[in-house]
Amino acid sequence: MSVLEVKNLEKSFNTAKVLKDISFEIEEGQVLSVIGSSGSGKTTLLRCITGLETADSGIISVGGTKVFDGERTTALTREEKRKNQLLTGLVFQNFNLFPQYNVLKNVTLAKELLLKDELKKCKASKEEKKQALEKINKEATELIASVGLSDKLEFYPCELSGGQQQRVAIARALMLSPEILCFDEPTSALDPEITGEVLNVISKLAKEGRTMLIVTHEMGFAKEVSDKVVFMDAGVIAEAGTPQEIFDNPQSERLKSFLSSTLRV
Amino acid sequence: MSVFLEQFPIVFQALNVGFLQTLKLFGVTLIGAIPLGLLISMGSMSKIKPISKAVKFIVWIVRGSPLMIQLLIIYYFPGLVFNNPVWGSGEGGRFIAACVAFVINYACYFSEIYRGGIQGVPKGQQEAGVVLGMSKSQIFFKVTLLQMIKRIVPPMSNEIITLVKDTSLARIIALQEIIWAGQAFMKGSQGISGQIWPLFFTAVYYLIFSGVLTMLFSKLEKKLSYFKV
Repeated sequence: MSVLEVKNLEKSFNTAKVLKDISFEIEEGQVLSVIGSSGSGKTTLLRCITGLETADSGIISVGGTKVFDGERTTALTREEKRKNQLLTGLVFQNFNLFPQYNVLKNVTLAKELLLKDELKKCKASKEEKKQALEKINKEATELIASVGLSDKLEFYPCELSGGQQQRVAIARALMLSPEILCFDEPTSALDPEITGEVLNVISKLAKEGRTMLIVTHEMGFAKEVSDKVVFMDAGVIAEAGTPQEIFDNPQSERLKSFLSSTLRV
Repeated sequence: MSVFLEQFPIVFQALNVGFLQTLKLFGVTLIGAIPLGLLISMGSMSKIKPISKAVKFIVWIVRGSPLMIQLLIIYYFPGLVFNNPVWGSGEGGRFIAACVAFVINYACYFSEIYRGGIQGVPKGQQEAGVVLGMSKSQIFFKVTLLQMIKRIVPPMSNEIITLVKDTSLARIIALQEIIWAGQAFMKGSQGISGQIWPLFFTAVYYLIFSGVLTMLFSKLEKKLSYFKV
């Protein structure tokens, strides 16, 4: 079953058409990378899928739920929107950790808030609440360990390197167990020598069978980690296929010149 | 010297009474202007154009004209133009008029500081909250608010210390604050007349008070220094 299904997606900003008739799917456990030059619409596509932008028409469904349907005439309720939001996770290019919270709190905050909303509805006892919070802390501590930052639990984002911050951001997104985890150029804001530590974490997640959508400029990484690669150009999917097809046997002129210009560096 | 020593307790007593009125005006202005400023900043950032235009116009008027004139207009205007002196003529009425003028004036200044603080929080913070499934109010209270406070502490402390000294402008409508109390000894009061040193001495009160505030604000800044925005 496909975890993510995008059908005929269109999006314009004012008069500029940024996404034109985008369709693709990601199966469970697959990793799909989106490559393409700046301004090709990669990031907009990701923002539409994760609910930060609203597309104009088409369909996006995640885990069988239609999170966007251009045909739908009634607006989504706030409650629906929030529920849909939890289906996707997003790791930003510039981390966007919450600076006033330490690593542990950054990871637990969203889940704690969700829990509080739930407990308010069912009027749980103090004891139950305490147990639930402890469970969240334990879960978060394990996730933070899995990205190799056990010794940084009490650190604040300003005390961490970019690579460490991005790994916290990954743990934070995983904490809500999204159906699909999206990355928006996760290493573009990092020094070249520390991109490796972030890419390793993402590779590990791929091996564990996480469904992921990765917008990236790291061609070598995309080739290695992906099951499927999509090349976007001027708002359309110009070419899609396995990493071998895309990188070793590109068909279109546009992809050929894109690859030769990125591989030259 | 012996004359000075005789006068000092009388002057000290009178200045203390005046300073209490200064403190009251200062306190009421803060209590009123801090929330009203937030309302005005929301208005000036409103997506509804007529609202934001109107609010910005009011802010321009208030920030663009002297507080002294605003005090005079608010105090005298109702009586002179509508023959309806809403404030009354006593000290209580003058105090209310002064409070109204100060709250409006300072709310406008605060609103611009808030706007800077709110708009200064990177959009990514809010987006991170959205993708983590937080509600709008959760994002405001749990994510952006403290970052905004940290940003506005230095300009707010600046503005609040200015307010300490601006309260003296209420002298223009004869509010019996500390300047008024000091000046009284020039014209003659409680058997002391022709003395200017009590007026000069009022500066000591302002200095001590702004010194205490400076200390408090730097403490607050230190308290918020554990994170960077």
